[in-house]
Amino acid sequence: MTVYLLCFTLLLVGIYGIITKRDLVRIIISSGIMGYAVNLLIVLFGYKNGSIYAIFIKDTPVSPQMMVDPLPQALVLTSIVIELGTTAMLVALAVRLFEKYQTFDITKIRRLSG
Amino acid sequence: MILPFFIIIPLLTAFIITLIAGERDNWAVILSIIAVISLVALSVFCFVTLNGRTIVYEMSNWKAPIGIILAVDALSAFMLMIVAVIALTSLMFSVHYIRHLAPSWKYYALFMLLVTGMNGVIATGDLFNMFVFVEITLFAAYSLVAYGCKAEEFEASFKYAIMGSISSTLVLVGIGITYAATSTLTLAKIAEVLQQKDPMVTLWIGGIFLAGFGLKAAIMPFHAWLPDAHSSAPAPISAMLSGVLIKALGVYVLIRLFFNVFGGITIFNEVFVILGTISILVGGFLAMGQWDFKRLLAYSSISQIGYIILGLGLGTWLGVLGAVFHLVNHAIFKSLLFYNAGSLETAFGTRDLRKMGNVAKALPITSFTSMIASLSISGVPPFNGFFSKLIIIIAAIQAGRPVYAFLAAVGSLITLAYYMKVQRFGFHSRNIVPVEKDVISFGMNSAMIILAVLCLATSVLIIPGIREVTLDPIVAVIMNKTGYISQIFGR
Repeated sequence: MTVYLLCFTLLLVGIYGIITKRDLVRIIISSGIMGYAVNLLIVLFGYKNGSIYAIFIKDTPVSPQMMVDPLPQALVLTSIVIELGTTAMLVALAVRLFEKYQTFDITKIRRLSG
Repeated sequence: MILPFFIIIPLLTAFIITLIAGERDNWAVILSIIAVISLVALSVFCFVTLNGRTIVYEMSNWKAPIGIILAVDALSAFMLMIVAVIALTSLMFSVHYIRHLAPSWKYYALFMLLVTGMNGVIATGDLFNMFVFVEITLFAAYSLVAYGCKAEEFEASFKYAIMGSISSTLVLVGIGITYAATSTLTLAKIAEVLQQKDPMVTLWIGGIFLAGFGLKAAIMPFHAWLPDAHSSAPAPISAMLSGVLIKALGVYVLIRLFFNVFGGITIFNEVFVILGTISILVGGFLAMGQWDFKRLLAYSSISQIGYIILGLGLGTWLGVLGAVFHLVNHAIFKSLLFYNAGSLETAFGTRDLRKMGNVAKALPITSFTSMIASLSISGVPPFNGFFSKLIIIIAAIQAGRPVYAFLAAVGSLITLAYYMKVQRFGFHSRNIVPVEKDVISFGMNSAMIILAVLCLATSVLIIPGIREVTLDPIVAVIMNKTGYISQIFGR
């Protein structure tokens, strides 16, 4: 139970960062932290204490019951790639925003309002 | 066998465009228009030949609960049709508009990726697959919002991307918990397993998905990103975003999850009704204060999505019918209004309603079609918006909720008020503003005319004989709690 709570805390740290930070780069990092928390959570869902990786090896008899669930790991791989894309996109946007406004401070980047 | 083509055709087109396009965008235009026309033909064929069945395609021939499946029933086929038709008009409008703005093949490649993502979300029958397609759509959308390379556009795109990443994270948490609870990711299997589980599990999963996809549908407490993103994008993209993207990613997924998978739980319907009504009123009031035409339209989208959510939340046959009908109507007239805004921007170089004038003389087609769209969206007979809003209001009265019916009627009056404002101050003001001749091309005009005709034509969907073959099968799919499971597994 503790690990899930810690995961949830990490998620909250990410959301807190996105909401309160004023620097574009810190916001991007916070969104990354939020992503790590979810990936960790999903891997934990597939984890069993004392189990082994889900690969059948020649001459070593292992039953599928002893293995961790491999599907969450596949999901997390996909979601890591997606997150990489999102982060790259956000960084590219931050660079272009810096070119336009000469600042990373979101309180100064506000031509849109209302 | 035709299901994979809904994803293959636009994805392949995007790929080929990046390969063969040179300095000019001619090939990109031709290829993407051919692709979208074939999508229109495919989706119409799919909808016509469906007859209440569900077509299931198993990817790589892995059977349903294990492999990833694509599943198209009446609701999905109908959504595919809306996406294809709006995408076609949007492309027709784009050709001249984008040459005016910043001509490049990149626009068409990203546009086809946007269509790929939306088609994928609609056609898939697998939860994680749906998440991946949502991300594809959003990637294309972020870059298209920033396409004009102005400071405001980057700002809007950044906001949109941050909100998108928060909502995707929530959705991913929901997917993780769903998998932990049900050990499967196929939607139909999830529905089957959840029936035997503690109802609390469904409530938790549903709450997280409501927040995640509610953010994408821009229901009221989650709406903050929409006005910026939809008003900063190029006009044809605004039409795609407001017209179909928030419906495919938001409303469609909510319908699929909450009605077909979770089986229409009363407490979520109650939440839908309340959030829908709040969206109608607050979106309407915020729209009334805007002078930027596209921003006004974006707030109006929030308000109109509220009607769809309200109709769904009522949970009765009539309410869902109204919601589905309003969904297609809103796709048509909101896209048309964004094209109008785009053509005004091309002609006058501004989106401020106060700086426009003599539109009726300078741009007769824009002025006329905007009149039709405004009348439709404010619910004036005989246009389509009148019938869908009427059905939703009658459904609310029949469901024993006269207060919500009254509030929906008030929302309709507010809508009328701010479109009167658009017509009075924007299109028929006394200002005389010089306009060059012939800035609006044939493609732009024909896109507007097609949608204006559709505004009138879709109101025949309500005539009983036609309704029974078009809207009723869709409502049947949504209202049938166990039909989705049995159709997918072929029992």
